[in-house]
Amino acid sequence: MALSKRKKAMYVRYAMYVVSIALLIAVILFIDWERLGNAMFRWDIVKEQFPDILTKAAKNTVVFTVLGFAGGLSFGLLFALMRLSSIRAYRWFAATYIEVFRGIPLLVTLLILGFGIPIATGWKWPNPYLQGAIPLSLVASAYMAETIRAGIEAVPKGQMEAARSLGMSYSRAMITIIIPQALRIIVPPLTNEFVLLIKDTSLISVLGVTAATKDLARFGRDGVNQTANATPLIVAGLVYLAMTLPLTQLVAWMERKTKAMSR
Amino acid sequence: MNSDVVVSLQDLHKSFGTNHVLRGIDVEITRGEVVCIIGPSGSGKSTLLRCVNMLETPSSGTITVLGRELTDIDCDIDEARSKIGMVFQSFNLFPHMTAIENVCVAQRKVLKRNAKEATTAAQSMLARVGLQDKENSYPAQLSGGQQQRVAIARALAMNPDVMLFDEATSALDPELVGDVLAVMQSLAQEGMTMLVVTHEMGFAKNVADRVVFMDNGVIVEQGPPEQVIGAPREERTRSFLSSVLNH
Ligand SMILES: Nc1ncnc2c1ncn2[C@@H]1O[C@H](COP(=O)(O)OP(=O)(O)OP(=O)(O)O)[C@@H](O)[C@H]1O
Ligand SMILES: [Mg+2]
Repeated sequence: MALSKRKKAMYVRYAMYVVSIALLIAVILFIDWERLGNAMFRWDIVKEQFPDILTKAAKNTVVFTVLGFAGGLSFGLLFALMRLSSIRAYRWFAATYIEVFRGIPLLVTLLILGFGIPIATGWKWPNPYLQGAIPLSLVASAYMAETIRAGIEAVPKGQMEAARSLGMSYSRAMITIIIPQALRIIVPPLTNEFVLLIKDTSLISVLGVTAATKDLARFGRDGVNQTANATPLIVAGLVYLAMTLPLTQLVAWMERKTKAMSR
Repeated sequence: MNSDVVVSLQDLHKSFGTNHVLRGIDVEITRGEVVCIIGPSGSGKSTLLRCVNMLETPSSGTITVLGRELTDIDCDIDEARSKIGMVFQSFNLFPHMTAIENVCVAQRKVLKRNAKEATTAAQSMLARVGLQDKENSYPAQLSGGQQQRVAIARALAMNPDVMLFDEATSALDPELVGDVLAVMQSLAQEGMTMLVVTHEMGFAKNVADRVVFMDNGVIVEQGPPEQVIGAPREERTRSFLSSVLNH
């Protein structure tokens, strides 16, 4: 007897549920939960992480992220405007900058700028926060420049023409007419870049840290070394999630809202 | 030079790459005159209009508006543009601003009027186009005809010496065209100098002081509407008119 297409699809769906539930039960039964808990989630060690993981480590992660984002946004706007400039040298410079910093891994850029330049020039970074945040913001600005440029280009050409025909200068039209419209387009992707930046700050500790400048990831790693237990890293991961999840949810909400508005 | 000349174009040429779109245009428009430009699609009407306020930079020739030569490299183009109103086919209202903000923004940022002056002027311009009750609506909440009338008010609020219209009614549903044309007609009657690119032959016939027929980047024929539309001399004008009037 031949099954109809819809019936077949229905049976396949049932079979998949059954298999998934069986797998889940197998995992739950066969894992040695006690051993796992002892190695990765010991309550006494969890408690030891607090309050320092919040007051010191998470604080440092936030400081690096905010500095990196602020710098990235300012330079990103600058490079986006240069990419759109009528002056060829500006366009060329910005395009090169963007390609270079997007093409090199952040880890390598951090090492070159954080260590290489001081060794080569004898110049010293005045502040360990800037030593991490400035390379971070330079890389972030390359990504943000492209996001901002795409947002500005998404504003219809007639907007600039209408503004210019009323006697506004190019920069006045950009500030009053174009950028406010572009912002609506670029806030969701920029929030995503913020989330990426939160996670990318975990690389900064390769530049060396003091007890005062440890970020979340480094704090977790050092905790592992001290306790010979993975719990500190798990807690650090949970703190990252506590920061990133609300933001990714916010982006999802903003995207639903724009979709609803454009109907 | 006659001081009543508002716009003067001399031997204007414009090419886009190898596409020679304007091939030597000479036009003078005097104060209070309403000039309608007609012609087939691609003949260069929009390009000509956009040259008058330098949205397109001509390849050669001179553009003089109110005695100021816009093609001169020393000319302050922003200042000159603030006195040349332009109305686009696609309205181009600023979508993030209400109707009254649309009418106020350039008064504030370009003419440096204070908030009260700008608002008063904006209210009277919106009333003039019949939209006093739409002050606080956003463009998305207005019909096409209402948006275009806000765009006209926005240009008028700058107290322009000349108004340019590029197919101001072509994007509108037929039942909304009349409102916009009525506003344009009353402007013409009040003595505004106007340069109007249009496909509305009825408007050209009734409102224009002069009709200019363009084809292939040159002015083929011009004169009063009863002559150019009523009794065209050139074969090209006749065939264009018969193609639009038979629609
Ligand atoms: N920015 C531009 N770049 C390249 N070519 C252009 C540009 N603007 C116009 N053109 C070309 O110039 C020619 C004239 O265009 P224009 O828009 O002036 O015609 P028009 O008379 O206004 O036509 P329509 O009645 O369809 O609006 C066309 O061949 C068009 O492709
Ligand atoms: Mg056109």
